Amino acid sequence: MRTDLKIIEQWISAGSHVLDLGCGDGTLLDYLQREKRATGFGLEINPDHITTCMGRGVSVIEQNLDTQGLGNFEDHSFDTVLMTQALQAVRRPDMVLDEMLRVGREGIVTFPNFAYWRLRWYLMRRGRMPESETLPYKWYNTPNIHLCTFKDFEALCYRKDVRILNRTVVDGEHQDRWLSRLWPNMLGQIAIYRITREES
Amino acid sequence: MPDPLPTDSVGIVTPQTLHFDTPITLACDQTLESYDLVIETYGELNADATNAVLICHALSGHHHAAGYHSREDRKPGWWDSCIGPGKPIDTNRFFVVSLNNLGGCHGSTGPGSTNPQTGQPYGPDFPVITVRDWVHSQALLADRLGIECWAAVVGGSLGGMQALQWSLDYPERLRHAVTIASTPRLSAQNIAFNEVARQAITSDCEFHDGRYYEHDTLPRRGLMLARMVGHITYLSDASMGEKFGRELRDQAYKFGYDAEFQVESYLRYQGERFSESFDANTYLLMTKALDYFDPAYEHDNDLAKALLRARCEFLVVSFSTDWRFTPARSEELVNAMIAARRKVSYAEIDAPWGHDAFLIPTPRYTAIFHSYMDRVAREVGA
Repeated sequence: MRTDLKIIEQWISAGSHVLDLGCGDGTLLDYLQREKRATGFGLEINPDHITTCMGRGVSVIEQNLDTQGLGNFEDHSFDTVLMTQALQAVRRPDMVLDEMLRVGREGIVTFPNFAYWRLRWYLMRRGRMPESETLPYKWYNTPNIHLCTFKDFEALCYRKDVRILNRTVVDGEHQDRWLSRLWPNMLGQIAIYRITREES
Repeated sequence: MPDPLPTDSVGIVTPQTLHFDTPITLACDQTLESYDLVIETYGELNADATNAVLICHALSGHHHAAGYHSREDRKPGWWDSCIGPGKPIDTNRFFVVSLNNLGGCHGSTGPGSTNPQTGQPYGPDFPVITVRDWVHSQALLADRLGIECWAAVVGGSLGGMQALQWSLDYPERLRHAVTIASTPRLSAQNIAFNEVARQAITSDCEFHDGRYYEHDTLPRRGLMLARMVGHITYLSDASMGEKFGRELRDQAYKFGYDAEFQVESYLRYQGERFSESFDANTYLLMTKALDYFDPAYEHDNDLAKALLRARCEFLVVSFSTDWRFTPARSEELVNAMIAARRKVSYAEIDAPWGHDAFLIPTPRYTAIFHSYMDRVAREVGA
């Protein structure tokens, strides 16, 4: 089990109704269904992933967030809306964030931190768009069209009145290390945020 | 039949006729005192009877879904691409039941059968059958076969509507419903096309108000036209373009009204062949069953509300160029399932063949179908 999924699992209460945006091969939903008696759906566009989901009993809907949005989902119809490693790849992350918190009471978002020190160092030393194990693409073919830093994301949340309930910062192996806790925007590679618009 | 037989074919199959003497009351309030259903089965029913899959046919379909009836058969059953050893509906694992629906013209009791009260063919006196009636009769068939719960009920187009109706009328009697290239109800345009088909048939002077059997004739012309117009809606502009384009049968225009373009002669040929093999009254009945299908109707037109009683899981598949039942219609169904919190998976397959794509194996369609049915098989221990 990937560490980030383990962290996410802690934030999902048993029996939750969950929507996973970009659910991949359904690993997380499958796990949540078995361990947390969760119900719900995954949205995916990759044909192979969709086939795998169907084979493992994960309810998967072929739906493109960029072109179709979430208009077919009712307000507050899910306990949690998940989005792992996909926010940076959608056309309008701000609008997706709004939609997530319209259809779900809570959202869980993970994305790579573009202010991670290795990326800063790469850019400074070479003067080229950073490439790394987490971001293994060229600037022209990357699906990650809206990379941001933790600070950027938090500023957006602030502007949109989105409350951050939890934040865990991990490294490339999804380990929670004390160093990245110390100076997350410099030393953290991936962040996992739990957000809501509801009053506490 | 190809020689040698492909290893993924169910081989030679023999239909059986099952007779039912208990009267069945239909949605139209009429009763059929007794009736026959013709079925074919492929594979073996397991000891717990958990591995049964029901195949529901579309408008012009029948019980012969897979394999060959004899060595001389040129073509296999209508869904042979998906049913057989190692195919998506794997007959090594599933016991597959395929029937000719009530009102059909391939052996099950229908308008061409003898009305026991008159000794004459039913003709127009045969009651109009609805999708719900079919599902009712299929449930009685399941009882007869000792199947308490289907592993899956599967169908394309009108067959998919039966799978959906099953999930609402007998929620405890199926684990999965697979609806392919289908719709939760016909649109005005769909009904309009059906009406053109019906008008073509009923206005044929050989129709004799549906009593053409007594006149020893057939409304060939009308049925041919009905099939031609139907056939156009099964294909896509692109697939017709690809197949025929503007190709002529001869080199030059003849400035007459004979079939000059290849597409014209193709449609005429298909229509003529169909008019010899299909019953016009059955065609009328099937189109009416399509028109009436609307499970949301009894629930304030709220499909999600209707679906609340469903207990099974759903697989919904649509095809990108299907303009008869577009992907949007399947999505309507899927969205109602999402709102009702039913388990559903959905895929839109990119395929150029229009509505007919559900009969044509493509890598992605086959992969999805395979993957889903494999899981169904594992779930029921098959």
